[in-house]
Amino acid sequence: QTGTISGKVTDETGQPIPGAAVYIKGTNQNAIVAPDGSFRLTANNGPLTIVVRMIGYQPIERDINVNGILQQEFQLTADTKGLNEVVVVGYGTQKKSDLTGSITAVSSKDFNKGPITTPEQLIMGKVAGLQISSNSGAPGANSRIRIRGGASLNASNDPLIVVDGVPLDNAEVKGTSNPLSFINPNDIESFNILKDASATAIYGSRASNGVIIITTKKGKAGDQLRVNFSTVNSLYKREGIVPVLTGDQFRQVVKEHANAAQQQLLGTANTNWQDALYRTAFGTDNNLGLSGSFKSLPYRVSIGFTKQDGTLKTGSLRRQSAGINLSPRLFDDHLRIDVNVRGAITNSRFADQDAINAAAQFDPTQPIHVNNKFGNYFEWIDPTSPDGAPYTLATRNPLSMLELRTDKGEVKRSLGNIQFDYKFHFLPELRANLNLGYDVSKSEGRNVIPAYAANVFNRGGTDKAYSQTRNNKLLDFYLNYTKDLKGISSRIDATAGYSYQDFIRSEPTYPDLNEKGDTINAPGVPFKTQNTLVSFFGRLNYTLLDRYLLTVTVRRDGSSRFREHWGTFPSAALAWRINQESFLKNAKVLSDLKLRIGYGETGQQDFGGLLTDYPYLPRYTIGDPTAQYQFGSQYYLTLRPEGYDANIKWEETKTYNVGLDFGFLNNRINGSVDYYIKRTKDLLSVIPVAAGSNLTNQLLTNVGNIEARGFEFTLNATPVQTKNFSWDAGFNFTYNHVEITNLTKVQDPKAQGIPVGTIAGGVGNTIQIHTVGYSPFSFYVYKQIYKDGTPLEGQYEDLNGDGAITPDDRYRYKSPQPKFLMGFNSQFAYMDWTLGFSMRGSIGNYVYNNPASNGGAYRDFSFPNYLSNVSTSILDTKFQNSQYFSDYYIENASFLRMDNISLGYNFKHLFRDKVRLRVSATVQNAFVITGYGGLDPELGNDKVGANLVGEGIDNKFYPRPRVYSLGLNLDF
Amino acid sequence: CTKDLDRVPFYDQTSASVYNDFGNYKAILAKLYAGYAISGQQGPAGKPDLTGIDEGFSNYIRQYWQAQELPTDEAVIAWNDGTLPDYHRMTWTSANEFIKATYDRIFYEIAVCNEFIRETTDDKLGSHGISGTDLEEAKHFRAEARFLRALAYWHALDLFGNVPFSTENDQVSASFFPPQTSRANLFSYIESELLAIEPDLVEARQNEYGRADKAAAWMLLAKLYLNAEVYAQQQKYTETITYCNKIIGAGYTLSDQYRKLFLADNNTSPEMIFTITYDGIRTKTYGGMTYLVHAPVGGSMNAATFGINGGWAGLRTTKTFVNLFADPSGNTDKRAMFYSPGQSLEINDVFTFTDGYAIAKFRNVTVTGAQGSDKTGDFPDTDYPMFRLADAYLMYAEAVLRGGTGGSAATALQYVNQLRQRAYGNASGNITSGQLTLDFILAERGRELHWEGHRRTDLIRFGKFTSATYLWPWKGNVKEGRGVEDFRTLYPIPAADRTANPNLNQNTGY
Repeated sequence: QTGTISGKVTDETGQPIPGAAVYIKGTNQNAIVAPDGSFRLTANNGPLTIVVRMIGYQPIERDINVNGILQQEFQLTADTKGLNEVVVVGYGTQKKSDLTGSITAVSSKDFNKGPITTPEQLIMGKVAGLQISSNSGAPGANSRIRIRGGASLNASNDPLIVVDGVPLDNAEVKGTSNPLSFINPNDIESFNILKDASATAIYGSRASNGVIIITTKKGKAGDQLRVNFSTVNSLYKREGIVPVLTGDQFRQVVKEHANAAQQQLLGTANTNWQDALYRTAFGTDNNLGLSGSFKSLPYRVSIGFTKQDGTLKTGSLRRQSAGINLSPRLFDDHLRIDVNVRGAITNSRFADQDAINAAAQFDPTQPIHVNNKFGNYFEWIDPTSPDGAPYTLATRNPLSMLELRTDKGEVKRSLGNIQFDYKFHFLPELRANLNLGYDVSKSEGRNVIPAYAANVFNRGGTDKAYSQTRNNKLLDFYLNYTKDLKGISSRIDATAGYSYQDFIRSEPTYPDLNEKGDTINAPGVPFKTQNTLVSFFGRLNYTLLDRYLLTVTVRRDGSSRFREHWGTFPSAALAWRINQESFLKNAKVLSDLKLRIGYGETGQQDFGGLLTDYPYLPRYTIGDPTAQYQFGSQYYLTLRPEGYDANIKWEETKTYNVGLDFGFLNNRINGSVDYYIKRTKDLLSVIPVAAGSNLTNQLLTNVGNIEARGFEFTLNATPVQTKNFSWDAGFNFTYNHVEITNLTKVQDPKAQGIPVGTIAGGVGNTIQIHTVGYSPFSFYVYKQIYKDGTPLEGQYEDLNGDGAITPDDRYRYKSPQPKFLMGFNSQFAYMDWTLGFSMRGSIGNYVYNNPASNGGAYRDFSFPNYLSNVSTSILDTKFQNSQYFSDYYIENASFLRMDNISLGYNFKHLFRDKVRLRVSATVQNAFVITGYGGLDPELGNDKVGANLVGEGIDNKFYPRPRVYSLGLNLDF
Repeated sequence: CTKDLDRVPFYDQTSASVYNDFGNYKAILAKLYAGYAISGQQGPAGKPDLTGIDEGFSNYIRQYWQAQELPTDEAVIAWNDGTLPDYHRMTWTSANEFIKATYDRIFYEIAVCNEFIRETTDDKLGSHGISGTDLEEAKHFRAEARFLRALAYWHALDLFGNVPFSTENDQVSASFFPPQTSRANLFSYIESELLAIEPDLVEARQNEYGRADKAAAWMLLAKLYLNAEVYAQQQKYTETITYCNKIIGAGYTLSDQYRKLFLADNNTSPEMIFTITYDGIRTKTYGGMTYLVHAPVGGSMNAATFGINGGWAGLRTTKTFVNLFADPSGNTDKRAMFYSPGQSLEINDVFTFTDGYAIAKFRNVTVTGAQGSDKTGDFPDTDYPMFRLADAYLMYAEAVLRGGTGGSAATALQYVNQLRQRAYGNASGNITSGQLTLDFILAERGRELHWEGHRRTDLIRFGKFTSATYLWPWKGNVKEGRGVEDFRTLYPIPAADRTANPNLNQNTGY
């Protein structure tokens, strides 16, 4: 008995793929797809495997059962190496070959492997110009994500992140440290990184720091049920230690340098407090994904379960996530509907990270436990206190800080959208697209510490709750018209649309209680804020002779954050596909050569945590019950007039970009080079205002200019490809230099700048400065004088030559910004084995070694009534007094980090080829090569709330663990 | 949907609506007072008024006190916070962040007072429908706001001299650069303001506790006139006496015991003319009295006897100040509240708390020894005695000695001996008219008013702040002390404000 198989082969946008080959596996029966995408094939009835192949696309194999006439639809996904790859751009998609802007796409097959709990880790080190580094080693920690270094000084430098067409806000989600952690990394299909303004300007006032578009996995039409199960189980081992004295070393130093009273305080133990603080932790990450097509309804359903303990004791993260994607195609594919809903419940217990510094400082000659009323944790006692209260100025027992604190939070978050894309029946060139989305979350948390814990002893313990709800809504609508104008060898692709997005965040307040329930601080004023963006946007792509490409975009954004709501953000870009010119068309070696030139203006209106959503309004805020004032015998809540700038508006960035894409040997070697200049004016800066002119001393206003220049280079190659062995390699390189070009309303060449970068040591000491002509966060220090390589205490170069060492002798020395960034990754496949690694390098970034400076002098243990451990740097410097501002502590923190090594084996032929099994072993954070003397050369941001207050200051850093994991991936 | 772009806050009010409800006026007035007491809207910390400095450091009283006391014989501090040690060393520069915080705090206070004064003109009150007794009260509020602004401007006059000048006639702006006023003009402005508001202020001792009355304005006038030679090269000692007489005639009486003036229940003292009020539960800050009660406790001092959970081991005094007392034990002159066990009189190392005698003056316990209302021992109830009767007595005596008319030497002697009698518990410490000299007055002001924020102003008026004729340990950053440059009688305009405001010239010497 014979039957027939017929159907259609299309690409992801629904366009037919003529010339594709359809054949039955193990036979010679095949068919070639017709220009309208259709094919027809005869076959014997019964089970067989059908294969569809086309150059530039990933082949599809599908098991079917023929019984008479069978209809089959195939949708091919562009191969990432192919130029037909479809790239998601703002409000639409484009073929890679048609791009005029600087956009990098990374799809799931190129993702980093191993225990990955948050999405951005998937592409760490993969993209030139994209810098991702985790802010700490805590489970689920957030990352610092920078595209081309960011364009702001005080406002947020975080890129705009768009998930399935829904732009996220960057506001803090309480109870979770990473706002992206609600997305299960296993559900992600691709990342598209929009870097230059011609690509991002369609996002207008939120686009200055680049855009990251995340697309989730979807089911495919005609697919049978496919089940994917993966599990990764990991061991996390603490790496690195803050170098401090051992018990014996400390006893020696105290005996030599402290007075008799302090020597009396010495104990006999040898406690390594840092070792005591950490543990080897276990983590597991399990995911189940089902995808296929129910009748004509493609679907994908996934659930995930992640549990990870922190290496810092008591911390943990547990996340359950689920996602559903439905992609019905109706009316003969004229109406395409995509429904994406995902949600996650994250339960965290937060370890008190203040214990990290406490462990570095705690006297190593004391035991961890003794018999006492503080839960049997050794604590320093106030000797004058009749009832043996803890000495309030002393460091608290770090283990007590961890083990007695129960700080738990739960976050429920869901993000979803439904997108209708209708291709008009009477005019198929015209599409209408409606996208309705939401992003909601609810957080609840509570921190409880018992009354006997020394750090809350005086107040009788702590019981403090918090909660937050976020409610963001989105409506987008656009029309797209695409037409080939054969007569003039042109194609136009025009889009015009409207977008409405609204963000509400609400935080009730709770009393600050002690363990018994007594109110220590009455609840304050609840917090609620809202902002709305209304936008109109348009894009025109014009292609002439398949080789001259023009893109023009414009967005008009209205923001509720500014009195003058509206701003316009245009861009234009040209590309020339040089290899399509007749003189190169026959060059066999060259497969792609494209020159891109772009210009765009973008905005920035995300203040980070700097202010409320109403910076232009003259507001009066109500004070808390703990900030009342007494008149007579009554206490009055206060109303405070807030500082404001009635004329505040967005930052404006002008970006110039020139780039070249190239490919050789059928794109076996491909890459791109980009050079850019970004000029931001009207920076949203917090600057000192003229005294007496406003209702504050520092105001968020539009002041200053910043300029970034950079160069990016990406090279991907397949150096070896034989039947049994292949080697893929990728390399990227980034140079970025940022300089402040103006900082004040009034030009003053003598202006010193704005001090930033608060350090540990004293109160209010800062180590960095923003100055015109220098990089942001440049270190502002004294030039140390050395003798035989040893720094001389208090001796600095008299740089201004006034014969005295004063604060004016400080100079601007280096900055935390790396000069160069590099990423290198490789993937080897031999038979069924794969071996891959990914490495990152950073060159020219400097770090202030704060643990060495604070605790870098003999004075640092000479406090009354307690002792404090000191840095091993004391053995080299022999400083008597702290020298916080010596450039001795500014260290070159260039590094090369092996992020990931992964070895895998594929069992391809299980259960009659029905089941594919992959097992893998991965080491994350395998090693770091650096000359930096502290814990880790790559540091997190120093933030207060959401405000960036310093960068490159080594303080209280939660060390990134080394992770060993075993994974198993089952497909059937 | 573009209407949705006109979002307004949920809980906050705006200046367009807040003045429609008279109930809000007192809350705004409370903020103008709280601007002196605490550091922000959250208490003890959070939602700060000032940014760019640790919030606890940004408090008005803490900063003003440090600027007035740390560069004198009365106080040294052990902390190595930023440029804080430069105060006592007298080596500060225009980059000093504590001087900047003092300056910022003063001008913050002026700006918020300007806002309230601007919004409470007769026209505005009328347009908001304020009438009847509300209107009467609003006029008192406005006069008090003008008093609080005059007080802040007086601090600016005293500390910085030639400063940016803005009033209710200027609008809140991000690009307004207030012009600089001369010290002499500012003197005249403050004087004119205080004279102008006198009729609108509540009669002396008739206002609610904590609020300024006529006597508070008289006190400030008396201080302005006493220092007029420094501020404006004018002798105004007669006017000093005039206003001291008004104050003294208003019915204030001395507390029966000196120590009671500095305790958790000092709000009950009949001697207080103007205080900045604190409460351990409802008015919390890490500056103000929290600082003044915690920072002087260290060494072997028992924190519990101060009503707090622990000391901050910072503030002590120099032997020069100790030596103002013939008997520093406190057994004869009870104002000698030194704590000496374990403390050395000599200061070899400023950073060691036990070098230098401690001063056990401010406490968070009541007269009966009970702890203040905050049982955690963090935040005191003790009020800051900004103006009190003893100061008026001493000003009177000094003005008489300096040639002012309208008073008498006999009354001056009587006032001084009233203070000494309280200090000694009997007449054994009384002085004779021959002993009542200007030098004696300076020393007596130290004994009576030490650590109450007067010392720098007093030393400058007596020509002893910078000169080598009066030295104390570590003056000029040498152990024996040395004279420093005369220009240090004024602090520098902070460099940051000169960057922000092109109208400002720096004070001489900096």
